[in-house]
Amino acid sequence: MFRTPQKVFTGGLALLFLFPLVWASVASVSPQAGSAQTGGWGFGNYRTLAAYQAGIGQYLLNSTAVSLMTVTFTLIVSLLGGYAFAQFRFPGRDLLFLVTLAILMVPYATLLIPLYVLLNQLGLQDSLLGLALVLTMFQLPFATFMMRISFEAVPKDLAESAQVDGCGSLRTLRHVLVPAVKPGLITVGLFAFLAAWNDFITPLVLISDSAKMPLPLAVANMRQQVMGIVDYGATEAGVVVLALPCVVLFLALQRHYVRGFMSGALKG
Amino acid sequence: MTLTTVPERSGLDSRPAAGTPARRRRRPGLTGWAYAAPTALFVLIFFVTPILLVGRMSVSDWGLFAGNRGLNAPENFIDVAEYRLFWPAVWFTVKYTVLTTVILLGLALLMALIVQESSRWTGFLRTSFLVPSALGLASASLLFYALYSPQSSPFGFLGVSFLGTPTAALWSTVVLIVWRFAGFYMLLLLVGLQGISADVYEAARLDGAGRWQTFRYVTLPLLRSSIALCTILCVTGSMLGFDQFYLLTKGGPDNSTLTIVQLIYNFAFFGGNNLGRAAALSIMVLAALLIANVLQFRGLRGKEG
Repeated sequence: MFRTPQKVFTGGLALLFLFPLVWASVASVSPQAGSAQTGGWGFGNYRTLAAYQAGIGQYLLNSTAVSLMTVTFTLIVSLLGGYAFAQFRFPGRDLLFLVTLAILMVPYATLLIPLYVLLNQLGLQDSLLGLALVLTMFQLPFATFMMRISFEAVPKDLAESAQVDGCGSLRTLRHVLVPAVKPGLITVGLFAFLAAWNDFITPLVLISDSAKMPLPLAVANMRQQVMGIVDYGATEAGVVVLALPCVVLFLALQRHYVRGFMSGALKG
Repeated sequence: MTLTTVPERSGLDSRPAAGTPARRRRRPGLTGWAYAAPTALFVLIFFVTPILLVGRMSVSDWGLFAGNRGLNAPENFIDVAEYRLFWPAVWFTVKYTVLTTVILLGLALLMALIVQESSRWTGFLRTSFLVPSALGLASASLLFYALYSPQSSPFGFLGVSFLGTPTAALWSTVVLIVWRFAGFYMLLLLVGLQGISADVYEAARLDGAGRWQTFRYVTLPLLRSSIALCTILCVTGSMLGFDQFYLLTKGGPDNSTLTIVQLIYNFAFFGGNNLGRAAALSIMVLAALLIANVLQFRGLRGKEG
């Protein structure tokens, strides 16, 4: 049903979307004045990046630690919370669910100003754990909503028959329900990872120790290092390192991403 | 924290004929709370407390390093409203929000219509449109920063300054945002499109409706709730725009692309060191956002009737 002119038009549109990514990858290894890679092709820009301040290894480690903690916290909290909201009636249930969703309505900046003060009081200033806890909170509306509808979509008989067989609620959850809500968990985990890996304003406000910065912040700072002179080659290399895991993960889990979205939006 | 041990215990003694009806009714409540406890703790510590705190900060003289120096209401709010860059920032944020929302949703709708049938070609198109959504906004902004800069831009031969004038900087940012988010909104609209049953289109075809008429009188009205969702998300996201401006234009040239959230950041950390004023502006933004969303709900629902 796509005739040639339509194919050319739509294909051109697709290329427009792919172009910046392809360009950044190519430019990061191509020769460029004012960067470490002035003559010939090679990985000079990546070497600049690797040697920047605490070293890219440290920043990658920071980002990985924050992302893994955020994913873990988000999965645990939303799995238990989704189970509670979907399968139990308890006083305050609807209020708690509504307040959790209300997190979406409040701007990041509005929360980050007091969180900056609050984390100081909790002794979590400048800590990756504090950062991960805050990022988890930002994930909760989507994650809780997603897990609630995932649990609600599980046939009631499944949980009931497990209970008749003598399973307590925790064993029912572990052995019967977790496998049934796995697609929801994958979607929630993927979203939490992407959000934590990519978030910029939260670490910008909460982290000031440069050895504890996650990668996006480090790349952005590196750009402003030398007064007036920006190393675009190293910036491009930084973008590639930042984008690569996200793109790979996205392509690998694309089906879950799209399906998770569709089921979520349809039932919402 | 003691609550979290409850489900395990109730798991252990769940004998077939457990307890009186009264006990059974109370149990699910306790168990439910036990499972909801982590959510409740998170929401209480990292959401409800900060909201209360920001309210208190907004009416206090609260320095970044000096801390709380007592109430001073309504000084922070007056200071913010009288700040010379406040109204330009409000105006710019509104302009940027309208521009972004109209262009982004228009293009996303077109893209959703293009890829709505499943085939290998549309599969390729969908993936291409969606890949930028996997990137973080900060990564995308850094990418476009290099893409726009005269030293490294592949468009250098055009001799255009992408970030040099206020208008150019605004449009360059809109292009970045459209590139990053079009696929995401396409996906949301695609969900809506696929919820429309084939029978409706068949009926329209039998009634002799052309392509445009079908789109105008069948697709668009049935897509209303998806479009409403996209509009609310897009308006909210644009009103709170920060990363793209902080990294791409730094608010310049001449503070012409300074957004409200950047102003909050500047009050608090960048020179201002005044958390009280930042909190006051945060409260104003929260109020504006709530009003905007209520108006949108009303407007979009009103049309339905």
